This record gives sequence, structure tokens and C-alpha cells, in this order.
Amino acid sequence: MIEFLCLLGFPAAGAITLAFRGARREGPEINAAFSLGTFAAACALTVRIIGQGPELLWREQFFIDPFNVFLVALTALVGLTTSLFSRPYMRVEEIHGRITPGRLRLYHSMYQLFMLTMLTALTTNNMGLLWVAMEGATLSTVLLVTLYRTPQSLEAGWKYFILCGVGIAQALFGTILLYFAAEKVLGAQGVTALLWTHLDAVKSQLEPAVLALAFVFLLVGYGTKVGLAPLHSWLPDAHAEGPTPISAVLSGLLLNVALYAVVRCKVLVEGSLHSTLPSRMLMGFGLLSVVLAAFLLFRQRDIKRLFAYSSIEHMGLATFAFGLSGPVATFAALLHMTVHSLAKSAIFFAVGHAAQKAGSQLMDDIRGLITLSPTVGWGLMLGALAILGLPPFGVFASEFLILTTAMREQPWSIPILLLALGVAFAAIFGRVQPMVFGETEGRRLPHSPALLPVFAHLAIVLMLGLYIPPYLADWYRAAAHLIGGP
Amino acid sequence: MTHIPFNQQLLNACAALLLLLSFAMLSQRRIVSLVSLYAVQGAVLAVATLLLAWRTGEGNLYLSAFLTISLKVAFLPWLLHRLIRRLQVYWDTEPLLNISGTMLIGIVIVVFAFGLAQPITQLASTSMRNAIGIAVAVVLLAFLMMITRRKAMSQVVGFLSMENGLFFGAMSATYGMPMIIELGVALDILVAVLVLGVFFFQIREQFDSLDLHHLERLSERQ
Repeated sequence: MIEFLCLLGFPAAGAITLAFRGARREGPEINAAFSLGTFAAACALTVRIIGQGPELLWREQFFIDPFNVFLVALTALVGLTTSLFSRPYMRVEEIHGRITPGRLRLYHSMYQLFMLTMLTALTTNNMGLLWVAMEGATLSTVLLVTLYRTPQSLEAGWKYFILCGVGIAQALFGTILLYFAAEKVLGAQGVTALLWTHLDAVKSQLEPAVLALAFVFLLVGYGTKVGLAPLHSWLPDAHAEGPTPISAVLSGLLLNVALYAVVRCKVLVEGSLHSTLPSRMLMGFGLLSVVLAAFLLFRQRDIKRLFAYSSIEHMGLATFAFGLSGPVATFAALLHMTVHSLAKSAIFFAVGHAAQKAGSQLMDDIRGLITLSPTVGWGLMLGALAILGLPPFGVFASEFLILTTAMREQPWSIPILLLALGVAFAAIFGRVQPMVFGETEGRRLPHSPALLPVFAHLAIVLMLGLYIPPYLADWYRAAAHLIGGP
Repeated sequence: MTHIPFNQQLLNACAALLLLLSFAMLSQRRIVSLVSLYAVQGAVLAVATLLLAWRTGEGNLYLSAFLTISLKVAFLPWLLHRLIRRLQVYWDTEPLLNISGTMLIGIVIVVFAFGLAQPITQLASTSMRNAIGIAVAVVLLAFLMMITRRKAMSQVVGFLSMENGLFFGAMSATYGMPMIIELGVALDILVAVLVLGVFFFQIREQFDSLDLHHLERLSERQ
């Protein structure tokens, strides 16, 4: 209980403290300190859950099981490293005059609030509260996307707000339908009728027709936030125009949390329908996202947009894997979510430094990083290789598992997936190579930027590709068992 | 012909009024009137909630009616009117589709909404189940309004009206959601409007206008 209170308490206290002190010189340090506290609480919670099994907290409103505790740990870890990365990054932005101290205060306070909403969404047992937290996550990041107040960032922020607002309204309708179906089984005005654990216990008695309709709305609603095609159009804009630390947490964390919501809903609906309709819908949306994003990668000229489209592709792949069902595919999907969020945030850290030095996000303006700053150059190159699924990185392991399972279960999808992955490889590698190794007249940087978070993330991704520690594998297996059935 | 209690007739009248107000909003181009229509919609919603609370004796519904009145009838319209005055946006430009065309599409949408609500209506045990179709229609009409309008302010009113429809849907299908959820949703709506207020000033500062066609450059830039 105490760990859990700390987990939500640290970001909440951080948001309030930084609302007053975020503009001071020590603002970034306070931000990092609160993120560190959150991470410590998440670690303690994880250790306890592994030892003692799932538990319900605070009148069953919160529920922690192997599935969400691994996402909680991941969210807290990336939250911590991003706050470390943003410390020097935002300071340079301030020196360049792109933001004022007042906006820095907003940034720090909203950053903690964003972490709070995501952790609430992950740990809540109440499907209604999940909705409230997801909407809160959108609202806390809208003003972060528009932090630079450029016309482009305002456009991106507006698009983000409206598209996700409409999407999340669909999810609310889905939640209402879910409540409507649950109320018949769990009793009228039941406070328990929206609790996931109770719904899970009676899922085979829920009315299939209503649940099918509810799932369509929930998938469209939360799917908008996952960035599933054709609902993805907010994602590249929001990633490209916001400050880079925000791109990293949007891509690495928010998409995961939204996918988590979709998967929780899928478990319920599949139990009620006794059919594979939800799985087939997930596969369809996933495959469409993979293919569409892979081909759109070629048209990108802005480096952050390039990697935003790559996020759509990878979330599509994870969604597809959840759609395949079965423990192996689900295991692969969970692993893919983990390695994608680590590798992608590492890339955004490197990209942030590269774009800051070049003074432009256009890929044509970024050249010869390896001579300008070897750490940034290698960070970007290794990150790109990791995200493209080259062995021995972890993305290779998860993609390999997904492909082999797909080969057995849905052989028709293999050529499509391989084509998309090939196209994505050509598009991204062809762009990154000249940026890292190209000719440049720029002068070598006097100091090397601190890129500890980048290499820490890539090291974990590498480790997951070579060797998954037994307790981690058990943990993934337990989660896969919860979602995918025996 | 079966006898319908008076209270029920009043509730049905409220439902019909909500639908009518949705159409009125769809055709209204003056932004000040649009906000007023939104306030009236909130008031009708509150009356319906009170009627239902009186009949079913659900304490929760009284609370949610109170929430509706304070937030959707009083506070949000006041805030929006203030914003309109500060920003001096009174008229929406010609919508992307002319009014009569929009109304025709609206009628098709209502028919579609009743079709969509059919399975839920059949299963619902509440006395207001016939209103579920209307709730879905209100949501979809608000959606149509968001698509066809250019001004940021009209899109926001569309968004809020959509939430009204969802709220009415929850009420007619299940006598309202649990209180904690309703509070959470209300909080989110409130924060959303406050964030938007800030956002409007940023757009205004940058473009000297709240016309959204300024915000169409990113898609061309790809």
C-alpha cells in the first residue's frame, strides 16, 4: 500500500511543487528528483507484486497484476531518464530563447501531471476512471505540444486536442455501453459494475451484442491515442512540433498506455463473445497501421516526423501481435512494447541533441554527426539499428517471435509484414546513414553531450535481445497468460 | 392505446427538445447564439435528469442534475461568453457545407442513429429506453457540426454538445453512471475548456484570427 501511495503521490506532489518553483533555476533538478522517487516506488511495488501476486487496493478501485506492473515499471523508468535528458536539453532551449522561464514552469508541472495520469490509467481497476485518466493525459500534454507557440505547434496542438477529444468521446460511449451490459449482471447502480476484476469474473454472462458494439467504440476511441491508422493523423504533428522530451514520452509511454487500455477491453469482450471478432479487428487495424506507416516513411523530411511514423508502425505491429492471441504472440507483443518504448525514447534523445546542434529538424540540414559529436552520432545510429530490428537487439527478438507465430496462425499476413518491414528499413536506414556519416563543414563540438540515458536504454534493449533474465521471462509469461489465456 | 404517465410524457418531450436543439445548433451561425443554445441544451438535460430522479428516487441523479446545472448551464456558457467578448469572435464564416445541405445530412444521421441504437434499446429495462436513439443522434449531430465548422469556437461547442449527448445516453440506458465517474468526466470537461481558453489566446496571438484555415499547413508540409 505504501509503495502504491508513493507511486501516485510523488508525481502529484511534484506537479504542485513545480507549479510554484518550476521556473527557478533548480526546477529541472526538482523534476528529476520527483521522477526518481516515482521510479523507486515503482521498483518497490514491482518487487512486492512479483513476490506476493496480484492485489487490490483502496476499495478495489486500484488493481495491480503482472500485466500492468511491468508497464508501471517501464513508465517510471522512461519517465526518470526523460527527466534527466530534459535537464540539459531544456536549459539550452532557454538559452536559445525558444522558451521563457514561465513556460518552463508550465512544462515541468505538466510533465509530472502527465506521469500521474498515465500511472493512474495503468493501475486503476475502474474502467470509468481509466477513461478519466486517459482524457487527463491528453489535456496535460496539449499545452506541452504548443510550448514553442509557433504556428505549426499551435496547429499540431489543436489537431491533437480535437482528434483525441473526439476519439476519447467514442471511448466514453463504449464505457457507457460496457456499464449498461455489466449492470444487468452485477446489479443496478452497482459501484462494482465498472470494476475490471468483477467484469472479468462474469464476462461470459455479459450480453454479446452490446459488448461487440462497445468494443467497436472503445477500440476506435483508445485506438486514436495508440495512433492506429487511419486515426493516426494527430501523432506525427504532435511529435514533431512539441519539445523533444515530450516526443520521447508521448512515443515511448502514452502509446503504450493507450494500447494497454485496448487490451484490457479486448480481454473482456472476447470472453463475452466467444468469437475471434475482437482479435480480427486488432489484426486488421494493426496490419493497416504497419503498412501505411511504412510507406509514409519515405515521404518524410523532418527527422521527428520520420520517427513518429516509425512509432505508428511499431504500435501497429504490437496491436497485430495482441490480435494473434495465444501466449506466445502476447509474450512477443509485451516484449515489443518494452523494447520499442526504450529504443524509441533513446532515439528521440539523440535526435533532440542532433536537431538542437543543427538548429533544424529537417534531415537535409543534419549531416556528419559522427564528426561533430561521436556520442550523438553513434547513439542515433545504434538506436536506428535497434528500432529497425537488427540482431542482436531486443526488437529483433520480438519481431522474430511475432513473425514465426504469424506464420503458424495467419500465414497470409507474412508477405505483407515482411514487405512493410523491408520498406521501413530502407526508408529509415537510407535517411539516417547520411545524417551520421555524411560530409560536413561544421566544427567539432567543444564538449560531448551527456547521453547516459540513450546508452542506458540501448543497453537494456541489447540485453533483452541476448538474454531475458528468468524472473523477467516469468513475469512476461504471467502477463501473457492473463491476456492471452492458457 | 396504452396509458403513458405524465412524468414519462414530460421526459419524452425533453428528449425531443434535445434533438430539436441539436438541429438548431447545426443551423446557427452566430457564435453567441450557439453558446446560448448550448446552455439551453444543458438546462433541458438538467430538467430531464431531475424528472428521472424524482420518479426513480435515485439520489445520484439529483447530484448529477446539480452538476449539470452548475457546470453546463451556468459556468461553461459564462466562460465561453467571456471568451467571445475578449476575442471578438461573433460570427462563424460560411460553413464548409451550406446549411440546408447540412440539415439534410442531419436527418439521414438521425435515422442511422436509431438503427444503431436498436440492439441497446431492445435490451434496456429502463423506462427511457426509447430515448437512447435520440442520445446517439445528438452525439452524431454534434460530430457533424464539428466537421462542418471552421471556427475553433464552434468546434468546441460541438465537442461540448457531444458530451451532453453521451451524458443523456448514459442516463436513458442505465440511469446514469456511478457518481465517481460522473465527477471525473465533469472535471475533465472543465479542464478541457480552461485549456482551450488558454489555447485560443495562443492561436489568436499568433494568427490574429480564430479561423481554422490558418491551421492547415502541416499536412501540406509532410
